[in-house]
Amino acid sequence: MKAEEITWLGFKRKNGSPGIRNRVLVIYTVKCSEFVARRIVELSGSPDVELIGFDGCTDNQYAVNMLISMIRHPNTGAVLSVGLGCEYIQPEWLSDIAEKEGKPNSWMFIQKEGGTNRTIEKGVSWVRETLAKLADTERVEMKLSDLVIGAECGGSDYTSGLAGNVVVGRFFDKLVELGGTAIFEEIVEAIGLGDLLEQRAANAEAAKEIKYTYEKALDYCKSVRQYSVSPGNFAGGLSTIEEKSMGAVIKSGTKKIEGVIKVSSPPKHPGLWLLDSTPDPYWMQFGITNPNDSEGLMDLISCGAHMVFLVTGRGNVVGSAVSPCIKITGNHATFERMSEDMEFDASPVLLGEKSIDETAEELMSYVSEIAGGKPSKSEAMGHKEFFIPYKYQEKEVAFIRACERKSD
Amino acid sequence: MLYRAFRINESDNVATALTEIPKGERCEIIGEGNLREMETVEDIPVGHKIALCDIKKDESILKYGVVIGRATADIASGSWIHLHVMCSNFDERSSHLDAVTGAPKDIRYE
Repeated sequence: MKAEEITWLGFKRKNGSPGIRNRVLVIYTVKCSEFVARRIVELSGSPDVELIGFDGCTDNQYAVNMLISMIRHPNTGAVLSVGLGCEYIQPEWLSDIAEKEGKPNSWMFIQKEGGTNRTIEKGVSWVRETLAKLADTERVEMKLSDLVIGAECGGSDYTSGLAGNVVVGRFFDKLVELGGTAIFEEIVEAIGLGDLLEQRAANAEAAKEIKYTYEKALDYCKSVRQYSVSPGNFAGGLSTIEEKSMGAVIKSGTKKIEGVIKVSSPPKHPGLWLLDSTPDPYWMQFGITNPNDSEGLMDLISCGAHMVFLVTGRGNVVGSAVSPCIKITGNHATFERMSEDMEFDASPVLLGEKSIDETAEELMSYVSEIAGGKPSKSEAMGHKEFFIPYKYQEKEVAFIRACERKSD
Repeated sequence: MLYRAFRINESDNVATALTEIPKGERCEIIGEGNLREMETVEDIPVGHKIALCDIKKDESILKYGVVIGRATADIASGSWIHLHVMCSNFDERSSHLDAVTGAPKDIRYE
């Protein structure tokens, strides 16, 4: 079947963008309510009920934006927020957001409900009723052009830049040609490629955003004398950050870059977008040049990605809450050794057994199956990792540093 | 052929070893470009780069068709290319890492 003819049934959402899953999110608003929220998820007995949350207690705009983006996410069908009762983040206001999105919602304070067991009991019964309601969610036909897909790489080895990321790049080219949306990240892994990225900008504004974002990352790496490479990368044969960068950026394919988006800010229209997840200047001391893979996946999902790719040569086991994660490797030995976790083998490209194009087509048909409801390997095993840290970031590319801005 | 290396762009002056390639062995070059065979002048570990031609000190190392760093010594065709003979144009620190293990040598452990 031709890619443009592939369809499946998604879940209709009030804000227009349909989902490929219909999850109930149980959100804890402070570390103190995590246990109760987690028990509600476990006792609900459904793989569609998932836990996310922020440890707090002090709030953080970045973290709140991320929670809101998960509530608005097309794969989210309903939301239960569980707070302790004295933290900064307000579960009631999270519920209000879900209400505006037309999603069933509720919230509780453990202090008010009367402790652990009473809150768990009430939560579980709300979740069960809600699951029954969600079974009636209106379905809508979806195509590949409706999808937003994000990609990042982690645990890279020499195969990532020669096979795994190359296949993802070709897949992104095809997705964009079909009218879909592709997001790639890791600007700290683009050092050495500033001009190359800028030349790929779709317009002058995008070029300005890319230049600023690249220079921000480069300034940071220079100031801490640390680039996003590790001893393991060097031992595996990568000799410089530029070499690693090109292997990483190749996953963006060859299409024009529409602009730079920040965490929790979905792309304004289809096409290829660069996600900048690094902290903004002045707050860079909180920044890290090497975020963990779950953080990267959450960043992509916060921008509305229905599905995320994790390209890994060395292998990884993580999945993700909210959106299915597909792990792709270009290392055949890794694929064999971790076969229960690795989902897509791009190594035939390296071995000369299959063309890049053929392999990208195979990935596309696999993506359609997962979009149509087949659980990814990590979903089937119950991997629902999430990570919401304290971070400082403006919502849009901020050409003026926060510390340089005149106070109002 | 027993040994193989992958050249990802035809303008590259390096290829990536897909197997360990011992010194003095011939290996097949797959991927882009016309060069189909190469003889190694030293052992090349898997995942590491092999020089596809003679490269002079300060010349650029090209992979993916882009500059990934520069030569810090004259490099003979068929040699192993890594931290001992090339460096980044950005990252100073990586030149001080151990060429085999990648371990940092610029931090003192007492």
